[in-house]
Formats: sequence, C-alpha cells, structure tokens
Amino acid sequence: MTRARASRLLLAVGGSGAAILMLLALGGLPRLGDVPHPYAERAVPAALSRHTANVISSVNFDQRAFDTMGEEFVLFAAAVAAVLLLRRFHDEEEDAHDLQYGPRDVWSAANLAGFALLAPTMMVGLYVVAHGAVSPGGGFQGGAVLATGLHLAYLAGDYVVLQRLRPVAVFDAAEAVGAAGFVLLGISALFVGDPFLTNWLPTGTLGALASAGMVELFNVAVGMEVASALVLLLAKFLEQALVVRGGGDA
Amino acid sequence: MHEVLGVLPYAVAAWILLVGCYGIATSRSFIHVVVCLSLVQSSTYLMLLMVGWSHHATAPVFADVKPGVPVVDPVVQALTLTDIVVGGAVTALLLALTIQLAKRQGSIDPDRIRSLEEELEE
Repeated sequence: MTRARASRLLLAVGGSGAAILMLLALGGLPRLGDVPHPYAERAVPAALSRHTANVISSVNFDQRAFDTMGEEFVLFAAAVAAVLLLRRFHDEEEDAHDLQYGPRDVWSAANLAGFALLAPTMMVGLYVVAHGAVSPGGGFQGGAVLATGLHLAYLAGDYVVLQRLRPVAVFDAAEAVGAAGFVLLGISALFVGDPFLTNWLPTGTLGALASAGMVELFNVAVGMEVASALVLLLAKFLEQALVVRGGGDA
Repeated sequence: MHEVLGVLPYAVAAWILLVGCYGIATSRSFIHVVVCLSLVQSSTYLMLLMVGWSHHATAPVFADVKPGVPVVDPVVQALTLTDIVVGGAVTALLLALTIQLAKRQGSIDPDRIRSLEEELEE
C-alpha cells in the first residue's frame, strides 16, 4: 500500500469515528434556546450598571479587559511575525524600474466608485470605532473597516497611490502606540487606587456617546492597533506580490 | 420537530468541522490548507453563537431597546469576536509562512516539501 493510500485509510477511520462520536453526543446536548445562561444573567446587569449600551463591548473591554489585552497582543505578535517573515532577503531585490503596479486597467466606473467610496468608508470605520460602547461594533470591527477601506485606493487606482496614502512607517508606529495605549490605559487605574484595567472614569448616561468610561478609550486603542496591524500585513503581502523579485529557488 | 431542529445547528457545526478536517488532510496546496483551517474555525463561531441563542430575545445592545428586554448571551458573542480576531491573525501568519515555503522550496504541496535535514544533505 502506498503512503498516500495509507493516509487516506487512516483519515477515513479517524474521520468516521469522530463523526459517530459527535452524532452520539448530539443527543446529550441541550436543545437550541433551552440553554441556561448564568453568565448572561450577570453580565447584562453589570454592563447596565456601568451605562454601557453595547453589552459585548462591556464584556470585552470592562468585565474581561485582561483577556482582551491578551487577544490584542496575539494580533500584535502575529503581525510582527508575519512582517519578519515577509522581509526582503539579501538575494532578493526590489523592482524599482516600473512602479506602475496595480489594476490600472479597471473600468472607469469601478475607478470612480472606488475613489467615491474611499472617504465614506473611512468615516464609517471611524464611526464604528467611536460608537463601540453605544451601538454594535467597536475597535476590532471599526479597525478592520478602516484598514480594508484604505485599500479601495489600490483597487481603484494603483500601487503608487496606495503608497502615498499609507506611509508604512507611520502605521508601524501607530500599531505600537495602539498596543501600548491599551496597557497604559489599564495602568492609569493604578493612579486612582484601583486595580489594573479598572473602568474608573465616570460612566455618563446610558446610550450617550461619552458614556461607559474607559470602554470608549480602550476601543480607540484597539481600533488603532487593529487598523495598523492589518494595513502593515497587507502592505507586506502586496510588496511580496508586486515589488520583490528573484531570489531563492523559485 | 423541536427534537430535530433543536440540535440541527450543532450538527451543522460538526459537519463544517469534519469537512474542514477532510480538506486539510487531503490538500495539495498550503493555501488550500489555510482556507480549510479557517473553515474549521468558523464551525466554532456557529457553535458559540447557537449556545448563546434564546427564544424571543434580541441583540445584546441597548441602543434601540429598553433595558429589561430579553437579549441573547453577550458572553459567547464576545468570545466569538475573540475567536475571529485570533483566526485572522493565525491566517495571516500561515500565509506568510506559505510564501517563505514557496521561496525556499519552490512548491507549496504538503506532500512535496522536504524537511530541514533532507535539505542539508543535498
């Protein structure tokens, strides 16, 4: 038996075994909607007591802010590692002769739509970050909108336009500021005599933009970190696809 | 009816998980592996969200609804958000590794890559 056939056989046995066990376990699971929610019963009143309309933001940035700090650093570490892996090696060179990369031959309608949508998309991203404590969304979601919205410039124009619009060095620094900002905001609680990451600011009125205290500030720090990390990652992947030439066995 | 529909989302989550695993095990390209891994991870989003669902409840955001209205479990929704962010980070890192692999070995077929020892012997 060849190695490929043996691995297929192993997969069939293991896969069907796992499928049968999962099927048997289904009978023992609580039916949809009948699950008791002891955490929700406590998390919702806790969020309301701190005037945070978006309970998910309250869970993420107030009740378990420490976990979110870890999550933020997972993203930070992954972005740094990817940037490290995608750096130029000594046997590769930058193709600098013809910098007119990108979808230059796009339809003029797509071109117009891309540039017309650029500013509104960035506004939506900023709105989602700023209203993270009040309405659905927050730093993670808004940061993703900001980073991908910026790349409309690439889809509608070309690489040179994108390069002018996003100086990589600035986003490099912004990523570090976002990550450090979260920790420093957490440390700020120590100066008023509260434990690390306490929501110590006045929480305002439920539903107002300036409510929920620290949740709003944590959202801004995370939004900055996420947007910069995604911009950096996409910058490195685009550089590999468009600029770096030669080197290695490939 | 409730017996079947009550467990259907869990069955769908299990099915997505197994299909993703099948894709990873039989893949001929590491980019395909990364996509399948994302698929496996998306089964956990479905699982988490379905655990948090309850009858006649709305989203846990009190922007339009008054406090006191029944809402679905916000804790699992927050966990799903964490799940998505970590999934995105892992995907980016794995794709960066795939680019390195393509550069070093000229192939991204899992069956055709050589180990470091084999490379040193050459």
